[in-house]
Amino acid sequence: MTTITKNKVTDLFLLNKPTNSNFVELRKAGLDYLESNGLPALKEEEYKFTQISKRLEQQITNFKSAQPASLSKVLVQKAIFEGFDGDIIVFNNGEFVPTLSIISQQNYSFSLLSDAKPEILGSIAKVENDPFVALNNLAFNDGVFISVPKGKKVEKPIYLLHFNQANQGQVVNQRVLIDVADSAEVTFLENTISLDEESYFSNTVVEVKVAQNSHAHYYRLQNENRQAIVVNNFVTDIHRDATFTSVATQLQGGMLRNNLTMNLLDSGCEGNMYGLYLLNGKTHVDNHTNVDHTKPHADSNELYKGILADSSRGVFNGKIFVRQDAQKTNAFQQNNNILLSEDAIINTKPQLEIWADDVKCSHGCTTGQLDEEALFYLQARGIGKEQARGLLLYAFAGEVMEHILYQPFQQYCTNLIQDRLGSKF
Amino acid sequence: MLSIKNLHASIEGTPILRGINLEVKPGEVHAIMGPNGSGKSTLASVLAGREEYEVTDGEVTFLGKDLLDLAPEDRAREGVFLAFQYPVEIPGVSSTNFLRTAVNQVREYRGLESLDAVKFLTIMKEKMKLVEIDQKLLSRSLNEGFSGGEKKRNEIFQMAMLEPKLAILDETDSGLDIDALRVVSNGVNKLKSPDNATIVVTHYQRLLDYIVPDYVHVLYKGRIVKSGTKELALELEEKGYDWIKEEVDAAV
Repeated sequence: MTTITKNKVTDLFLLNKPTNSNFVELRKAGLDYLESNGLPALKEEEYKFTQISKRLEQQITNFKSAQPASLSKVLVQKAIFEGFDGDIIVFNNGEFVPTLSIISQQNYSFSLLSDAKPEILGSIAKVENDPFVALNNLAFNDGVFISVPKGKKVEKPIYLLHFNQANQGQVVNQRVLIDVADSAEVTFLENTISLDEESYFSNTVVEVKVAQNSHAHYYRLQNENRQAIVVNNFVTDIHRDATFTSVATQLQGGMLRNNLTMNLLDSGCEGNMYGLYLLNGKTHVDNHTNVDHTKPHADSNELYKGILADSSRGVFNGKIFVRQDAQKTNAFQQNNNILLSEDAIINTKPQLEIWADDVKCSHGCTTGQLDEEALFYLQARGIGKEQARGLLLYAFAGEVMEHILYQPFQQYCTNLIQDRLGSKF
Repeated sequence: MLSIKNLHASIEGTPILRGINLEVKPGEVHAIMGPNGSGKSTLASVLAGREEYEVTDGEVTFLGKDLLDLAPEDRAREGVFLAFQYPVEIPGVSSTNFLRTAVNQVREYRGLESLDAVKFLTIMKEKMKLVEIDQKLLSRSLNEGFSGGEKKRNEIFQMAMLEPKLAILDETDSGLDIDALRVVSNGVNKLKSPDNATIVVTHYQRLLDYIVPDYVHVLYKGRIVKSGTKELALELEEKGYDWIKEEVDAAV
């Protein structure tokens, strides 16, 4: 088996060059980066617990970009959850599907990246951030650009719905750019549906600019098939007085790596990162988060919680940078885990670098088992053991779900979680 | 109603109960007293089904059924209620949801229809008055941030909601001030009927001024070494446990 670190990588991925001839500079930057650095090697610190290159070698037999799968309105209908009322942007193996999408452009505008050619593309998620950004630069064919104009509120959520089916273990590349202008407001939902149980490699880059005084929310569900290898680079630039909130719900996949970066670029801004990973089987989920406080008076809040069963594995790495200029920073980070089996593993690491001297930063992580005393208490009141367990686990997980402010999506995720935990009440 | 015969139990290999015999009939109130470490709380825990304890000998029947054979939840559904010495705080579980789940599972087991939200709330309001518990407490997570007295009051409130046949109060009085003790005891007394029974495990005679027992048993070294009426409790209050210890130890 060939190794896909250095040298080989470009050969492999250029087997199927993107047909779209735009983005010349972006692609060149990606190529240059990969030619000199390659994909993460086995000893690479950032990928120590998530051997993505190895997994790719083992599972991906064909590094061509996947051809479109067969989609239908019925499939899209099935992916819509109760109470949803909003726009839907459908992607088929990473490519936008106009015929199945519902795009009102009510208080926002939508275009293909190749049509809009936005200048900021590639300026938020940089190749230096992560090798997979470089790879995405190189390999994505086209992506979508959503912009919300100044002072506008997009009343209904915009649902990014991905369908993946890359049999023969092919590659899916997705690229999304979101530009929220001054004092605007918008909510995004994202979900990926695997159309079968075959391997694929999905490499996604989402770039978000949240301009001055604007508010954006991004709620993402990851519930893919058990073979899926997914790398997601999500990078946000948050400007003065703006707020960005990300809530990630992770239920299933083969190996999922999420790099979530929030650049707090000015005073008065706020970045919120919430996540729940509820894993079983052999699912491996790695959340690398990164908050960069650059100016005074900005806040970040982070809460990631995990429940791990069977031989699942979780990785949490939370970086917080507080630069010298960023006085009066409030940065809070918390990671709590419950391990339900002897074979489940969590690697958790807070990583704080603080250069300013007048800041409030706190971090904490806990890993434990289900509270047996609490379980007995509920049983002693007549609640069956299985349900009592579900109740307690949901109580633990629910704290994250409360941050999904779009109720129908919160309910949808909650139902999935409660089904998994075996407790409905 | 409850018949305990020669009950032996140990924890991690250490014997705690060494042959308990006790008969409880409907309508009776039994007080179990004894010095620290005598096995009072163990007895309560074993009856409720706490898994850390291993029953090594003896039998317990409750309304004709082998109690030790039942899972903790089934004991509760059969009508056994343990008021915890240290009620557990459970963040994220709302008191109301918890109680409704519990009440309906118990009702289901007994072949009764489950209560809808309206009926449940009506009953809840009625029982709240009984133990003078504030609505505010119940809108919070279960026991979370409750004071000691509030937790104990909540135990009695849960008892009122679940209407057990046998209530076991495990040091419900410990740490309560007089007012809280009065409220909790009033609750227990109002719930008493000729059909149900109460076992009061306590360290202090004071509780028995409020909940008057028919029988008082003294537990020492895992056995009931003396039984009597409420006068025994008064004697213990006056003389302490030493004379009993001496009596027992001399006999060995």
